[in-house]
Amino acid sequence: MKQISNEFSGTYVCLDKSNVDTDQIIPKQFLKSIKKTGFGENLFDAWRYLDEGTLEKKSSKRIVNDKFILNNKIFLDSSILVARENFGCGSSREHAVWALKDFGIKTVIAESFADIFYNNCFKNGLLAIILDADIIEGIFKNFDINEANSLEVDLINQKIYLKNKYVNFKIDDYKKNCLLEGLDEIGSSLKLSNQIKLFERNYKKKNPWLFK
Amino acid sequence: MSSKTLYDKLWEAHHVAKKDDGSSLIYIDRHLIHEVTSPQAFDGLRERSIKPWRIDSIIATPDHNVPTENRSDGVKGINDPISKLQVVTLEKNVREYDLEYFNLNDSRQGIVHVIGPEQGLTLPGMTVVCGDSHTSTHGAFGALAMGIGTSEVEHVLATQCLISNKQKNMRINVKGNLPERVSAKDVTMFIIGKIGTAGGTGYNIEYAGDTIESLSMEGRMTLCNMAIEAGARSGMVAPDETTFSYIENKPFCPSGEIFKKAKEYWKSLKSDDDALFDIEHDYSASEILPQVTWGTSPEMVTSINEKIPNPLEFKNAENYQDALIYMGLKSGMKLTDIFLDQVFIGSCTNSRIEDLRIAAEILKGNKISKRIKRALVVPGSGLVKKQAEEEGLDEIFIDAGFSWRDAGCSMCLGMNPDQLGQEDRCASTSNRNFEGRQGYKGRTHLVSPAMAAAAAIEGKFVDVREVK
Repeated sequence: MKQISNEFSGTYVCLDKSNVDTDQIIPKQFLKSIKKTGFGENLFDAWRYLDEGTLEKKSSKRIVNDKFILNNKIFLDSSILVARENFGCGSSREHAVWALKDFGIKTVIAESFADIFYNNCFKNGLLAIILDADIIEGIFKNFDINEANSLEVDLINQKIYLKNKYVNFKIDDYKKNCLLEGLDEIGSSLKLSNQIKLFERNYKKKNPWLFK
Repeated sequence: MSSKTLYDKLWEAHHVAKKDDGSSLIYIDRHLIHEVTSPQAFDGLRERSIKPWRIDSIIATPDHNVPTENRSDGVKGINDPISKLQVVTLEKNVREYDLEYFNLNDSRQGIVHVIGPEQGLTLPGMTVVCGDSHTSTHGAFGALAMGIGTSEVEHVLATQCLISNKQKNMRINVKGNLPERVSAKDVTMFIIGKIGTAGGTGYNIEYAGDTIESLSMEGRMTLCNMAIEAGARSGMVAPDETTFSYIENKPFCPSGEIFKKAKEYWKSLKSDDDALFDIEHDYSASEILPQVTWGTSPEMVTSINEKIPNPLEFKNAENYQDALIYMGLKSGMKLTDIFLDQVFIGSCTNSRIEDLRIAAEILKGNKISKRIKRALVVPGSGLVKKQAEEEGLDEIFIDAGFSWRDAGCSMCLGMNPDQLGQEDRCASTSNRNFEGRQGYKGRTHLVSPAMAAAAAIEGKFVDVREVK
């Protein structure tokens, strides 16, 4: 019997685009917030709505783009987003990850991710999975826009199940642990304070010009 | 001892500890802070009741979300209350933790990636981070410089370290003489066109070859600035005499004996002759012509004498087709037939004094085309602005019909009042032509400052090599 950690499983939605940049995921006008929450309404703002979004405008007053896949009622509760290559390229804005999470996305699957975005995901409990292009293609081919389908994501065993078939995925142990154990990165690094201080002392001797 | 690349050397020099899971703690020498990506990180520190580990490593300034005119009132002059709150929040955090800060009325204020080098806050051999992807700019000094997210900003504030995995090594060699008026911007755009926006993902890029060595420091900054647009979190150039003479006498650069001592160390910062790279690319400078992007990704770029390619020539044909629809262009069109509505000279890529000089040289005695609704010049810092005014460049820009602004990110990301109108087509010296980047439904073409100036005069793209 397969054991599933359900946290990262759910209905999936396919976004058939490469090079989805973080400016698309959350446009610049929403970066003025000094909080980490409330970005979900404006996820993919320029694609989801037909009018220009501002911080003041409520989403209920917006003109919805019915053609955009995330506006299809079947996929409103999706928690898995599948995309093509180089997802999350561009700006380092962590707001992009906050927006995906706020919308309800727990897992993003793509052929490849931009480095900064990929790192940002795991700092916020979002699982980013890299799969080969042909496997992604298979998921896209199976994707039915008239019916909600689920993907079961088993992070512990690094497997994704789709209709009784499964594929393995790779993830480094550190990132996996971050998600499974909700690791407090800063707390864990601060446990190495003495090592950091020792390094700093020696480093200062060698590079005195870097210290005031 | 095995041979090492420059990146290997910088990595090892800053390696504090290897954690059980294989990741590393890397010591950070310089942390640049701005208003947009830092407030949540400072909140995190307060929640933990901890202070920044090393405040002398931090420098803060507002740049992304600030207006570029009517600045005499400082923060009070910011009309948008939400933007104002973000800058006020930065100032509050700076006061609370006693950080070095260049406020809106300080002539040293400007785009973080302009003021760091300008003040000598960026030095060879450093690790530099900032909550901004264009931090790769500082690699021009032979520094390991990376853009980071807000969680990482908080981590660096708290621990002085970044959790990182070692990248692979890529070297890009460019050799020979660049054609006249072809600049570092064209070189970096040309490279992105060749390797693609994901070509450098997972790599540190070292730029090398005599073409790179002959670039000024400002040119090298432009080059490294867009390493991230090739997917690489960091790009770098080995430091040399050009580097050392640029930084000597900068306000925060060490002086006297300590400078000499530092310089001896900095001279060792280069890849060993027999160092192995995971991948190398070689290009000839003579084949690099003025570049113009025609799509919505920096890799959608071609030379000024070419036509817009057919999307079917590319793997992601549909994306390329979507880009042309967004841009309101058709394949087969000559780039020199693209007419413009706006021109923007500025951004962390191209807002330094040499950028303004070349643009002014082309604009001198000319007027911008009647087609152009608005042309902006936004110096990268208050000091760049001052220098340009001392050289009379401001008058050249103003006489030509440009608006002469105060320092900030301005229309590069349109977070502030400087934005494109819907379907406005802009020749921009910035770094990203993403959909809506410079304004809702705005259309961005990335070019060099020389190309932007020439386009402003003609109201359309022209080959700047042919402009008198």
